[in-house]
Amino acid sequence: MFDLISFIPRAIMQGIPLLYGSTGETLTEKSGNLNLGIPGIMYAGAISGVVGAFFYEQSGGTSGFLYVAIPLVCSLLGSLLMGLLYCFLTVTLRANQNVTGLALTTFGVGLGNFFGGSLIKLAGAEVPAIVLSNTSRYFSATLPGADKLGWFGKLFMSYGFLAYMAVLIALAASYLLKRTRVGLHLRAVGESPTTADAAGINVSKYKYVSTCAGSVVAGLGGLYYIMDYTKGIWSSDAFGDRGWLAIALVIFTIWRPNVGVLASFLFGGLYILHMYIPSGMNLAVKELYKMAPYVVTIVVLVISSMRNKRENQPPASLGLAYFREDR
Amino acid sequence: MNKKQHTPLFHVSKRGELPWYLSWGIRVGAVALALLVSALVTNLLTGENPVKVFVTIWKGSFGSARKMWVLGQNVAILLCVALAVTPAFRMRCWNLGGDGQMLVGCLATAACMILLGDKLPNWLLIALMVVCSMLAGAVWALIPAAFKAKYNTNETLFTLMMNYIATQLVAFFIIVWEVPKGAGKIGIINQQTNAGWLPQIGPSKYLLNIIIVAVLTVLMYLYLNYSKHGYEISVVGESERTARYVGIKVGKVILRTMLLSGAICGLAGMLLVGGTDHTLTTTITASRGFTAVMVSWLAKFNPIWMVLTSFLLVFLSKGGSEVASGFGLSTSFGDILTGIILFFILGSEFFINYKINFRKSGEKEA
Amino acid sequence: MDNKIPAVTMRDITKRFGSTLANDKVWLDIYRGEILALLGENGSGKTTLMNMLSGIYFPDEGEIQIDGKDVVIRSPKDAFDLGVGMIHQHFKLVDVLTAAENIVLGLPGKLDLKAAAQKIREICDAYGFEVDPDQKVYDMSVSQKQTVEIVKVLYRGADILILDEPTAVLTPQEIDKLFTVLRNMRDDGKAIVIITHKMHEVEALSDRVAILRHGQFIGDMPTKKTNAQEMTNMMVGHAVTLNIDRPEPENPKPRIEVKGLTVRSMDGILKLDDVSFTAYSGEILGIAGISGCGQKELLEAIAGLQPVEAGSISYIDDNGGREELIGKDPLSIQQMGVALSFVPEDRLGMGLVGNMDIGNNMMLRSYRSGRGIFTNRKAPYKLAHQMVDFLEIATPSVETPVRRLSGGNVQKVLVGREIANAPSVLLTAYAVRGLDINSSYLIYDTINAQKMRGVAVIYVGEDLDVLLELADRILVLCGGKVSGIVPGRGAKKRDVGLMMTKLGGKSDE
Repeated sequence: MFDLISFIPRAIMQGIPLLYGSTGETLTEKSGNLNLGIPGIMYAGAISGVVGAFFYEQSGGTSGFLYVAIPLVCSLLGSLLMGLLYCFLTVTLRANQNVTGLALTTFGVGLGNFFGGSLIKLAGAEVPAIVLSNTSRYFSATLPGADKLGWFGKLFMSYGFLAYMAVLIALAASYLLKRTRVGLHLRAVGESPTTADAAGINVSKYKYVSTCAGSVVAGLGGLYYIMDYTKGIWSSDAFGDRGWLAIALVIFTIWRPNVGVLASFLFGGLYILHMYIPSGMNLAVKELYKMAPYVVTIVVLVISSMRNKRENQPPASLGLAYFREDR
Repeated sequence: MNKKQHTPLFHVSKRGELPWYLSWGIRVGAVALALLVSALVTNLLTGENPVKVFVTIWKGSFGSARKMWVLGQNVAILLCVALAVTPAFRMRCWNLGGDGQMLVGCLATAACMILLGDKLPNWLLIALMVVCSMLAGAVWALIPAAFKAKYNTNETLFTLMMNYIATQLVAFFIIVWEVPKGAGKIGIINQQTNAGWLPQIGPSKYLLNIIIVAVLTVLMYLYLNYSKHGYEISVVGESERTARYVGIKVGKVILRTMLLSGAICGLAGMLLVGGTDHTLTTTITASRGFTAVMVSWLAKFNPIWMVLTSFLLVFLSKGGSEVASGFGLSTSFGDILTGIILFFILGSEFFINYKINFRKSGEKEA
Repeated sequence: MDNKIPAVTMRDITKRFGSTLANDKVWLDIYRGEILALLGENGSGKTTLMNMLSGIYFPDEGEIQIDGKDVVIRSPKDAFDLGVGMIHQHFKLVDVLTAAENIVLGLPGKLDLKAAAQKIREICDAYGFEVDPDQKVYDMSVSQKQTVEIVKVLYRGADILILDEPTAVLTPQEIDKLFTVLRNMRDDGKAIVIITHKMHEVEALSDRVAILRHGQFIGDMPTKKTNAQEMTNMMVGHAVTLNIDRPEPENPKPRIEVKGLTVRSMDGILKLDDVSFTAYSGEILGIAGISGCGQKELLEAIAGLQPVEAGSISYIDDNGGREELIGKDPLSIQQMGVALSFVPEDRLGMGLVGNMDIGNNMMLRSYRSGRGIFTNRKAPYKLAHQMVDFLEIATPSVETPVRRLSGGNVQKVLVGREIANAPSVLLTAYAVRGLDINSSYLIYDTINAQKMRGVAVIYVGEDLDVLLELADRILVLCGGKVSGIVPGRGAKKRDVGLMMTKLGGKSDE
């Protein structure tokens, strides 16, 4: 029998990094920037947090507050810098977004794996591997009483604070896009920068702010994965292709972060489905189950292009640089 | 008058065409600057003096005869994938699925080698490998292309997803064919019989691949610049309306070009599995499909320049690894250097296409 | 000039785009309580000048004063803050947003769409507009979109309004309505600029007219003190005595026969309604009509580029053989042996590839010729050289991308290529739009030469004077219907003008 009570929390934990990534990418894409650097940014966000936590643990710190604050701030700064780099190249210098994004991913993944693999040596520390168990303890602390409330506690309370934050950020992003003036302006920038510009909206500023905010949010996904999901253990390439899956999720949710909350849990579920489907001795079939998130994304992509409903299309200027005096 | 503080400090405008020596001067300058920054970063991390860093980077590619052959092989395979995706890019069709198309090519090749290795004469087996790998790559590219042609489905995201489906497909077959059972990997295929291994010509098993890709480069250059198909690709890329106006069937050109793109990616996979690696893993392509995008773009989609840009990227990544491993650091250092150089070249394009006009204060006071 | 302080003073405004000088030391004054018509040919720099006032472009040189104070307008926001609002020819609206969302776009403060809708209704009531605040822009007709644009500017309290060719897309009734509103706003003390090249609009609406030519300011004067002839002279530079050759057609035979042609646009709007006519060889058939009355669809249907709902288009060869053209694409029409040439309205977007050089553009029609998989590159480059000499195309070389040529030279490349493959049918849309007088005459002569070769020419034009002197017969389209076909010789401008608006039930003449 399918064990839902153990499946759902695991699906949600798998989904949280995707939710961060897709919320971040949605904010970015709404401004017309197709940031294919998100996978790299998530690595950068993760490794920045790891570096901060590593040095604090090495220094033998004891403050619980700093155990949370240092990795968090480091991660935010790391992904912010990546976002700024992307914006500087694509918005200010109007470089090709696809190529810049891919370069950023190469760079970010390289950064993550390099420091992940060399940190110990560089710092001259005497530990065999990066295991940030002290830090992780704070990040993965569940809500009080999670283990006393039976299935309810397991389903709703057994997560670290970053998981709840992911949901809150997604809902806030959704509200921002739908109900506020900033959101309206942002949507206009992504749909038609010429129009937004003519209406007196500072297109570059919106692109910068939303892309950097998106990067920061996405970077938290990387941090969550290391500090909570893997309990503070860094291993090379472990984060895998989740960054790309986050981009897929953006399409799947047709650019709606609130839909992203459930969709990311669904994707998380699809991601680990192979562990729960009884396939007997046939391990190979499990690999086929892992295709599920990608196949589902393609189906959604095709259906939304076939139905051609205006609201469900990507932002019209997605991927294009804006130059006011273009004729 | 308080005009000075009101007038913007500078404003940016598009510039006319730069003479080629200036535009290439800017690019070379960007690469030089990037190398300088790379050296600085390396110096910060390792403490080695920058000149020695460059020597080490150089050694990573040219340190020994074997390293030079490996460099050649890596450039060849990367160039082959870049050649494959270029026709699609010229059509403004962002085929980011080079990785997946290559991977299914690898899969098809491995399938031929494993299933038919001892049943067919070697020449027939190799011919079959070529055909199957190209077919597999073509199918992988045709699926997104068909939807793009029919419904204008976004090909960037579609091809991206196809990469991961290909990865899982390969993962599936690796377990089906694993040797020994439970190992989770295939190992060297046909190690005893060498069935399906491309013949070695000359001094190195890499030479054949290098020659094949060199020929392909010239053919692709001719195809894109001098053939009727190449001309149609350019017209469709510039303006679909103009293409329709002169009677070019846009959908057909999209399908045909993506088919070619996928087929050559598949062939690259065959060269990798049949020519050098003789095995199959999910990471065998080493993200070359993505690197190829950058190779192609940096060379302005010109196959001849792509020889240079693919060399540059492979050279850096090898050099970075060499530096890192010399200090017991992660070999991902090469990716960081690659990133740095790409950022500089990407940024330099701005100075080729735009000019910055600084306002002089006190101008036009009259 | 007079004792009023101008609302806007522009002095020595210069703007370059690459090597083209779009505005050259332009002076302009705009007053409140006045409608100023900014008149000039296409490409004379009217829109560029106003774009600098509304913050879209930044002038390379020159200064702008508003109410006597020096200002720097760096962005549209600066312009709004100074009370300048522009209604662009290509509407600046976001399709997926509603009318209200578009109207409040760019304003500060908390987003309150209900309050906005209320204010929009008040503005609508005051001026007699109809806008549904919750309607999405992609569901709107062209005139609804324009209304939204105007409401948007009023909502922001702009008192200097610029309208860029606002009537081009409107029906006569809608134009009347618009003019009434504009007059109301003028009486309200607002400064209004309307960019146009239509003389009768200048006369009907404006108080003052300012004229630009080739990016230079030529002069301004009260509308009452001038007349159409004088304004035309200033616009084009010298007294126009249109003197276009019109040789008698020789041995005309039916070439293209259109019967009951009906075309709907993608969104289901009837663009052509039961159109029937015959075009003869050795004859120029002029198509007149206000823009957007089906001219584009008609030509594209004949060229095989437009899906057709009903009707037939037959090509009749010299021996009387008939071929149906409907359902064929341009390639199959060509393969049937029908030499059909088409000079479309959108030169760089459809007729040519801007980033390719002249030789490669010549190749667009001929690249399929010859066996083998490779293109023959010698012939098109030879043709390019011939055309550069023959049509006096000003270009550094035949390897120059056509995008870098001036408008007139771009058109010469296009026309040159289209006549090069010895057509039997030549379709042209706005062949002289934006061209200087010399280039225009060169094009007329070229078209006449084709007519003398026995080509059936279908010439869509916007300048009635030219149509009356060039065409052998004139077909008048109005709202997608044929409102009449008259012989070109002896036709009166007034009569044709009336037919252009006949089905609209109203004429401005």
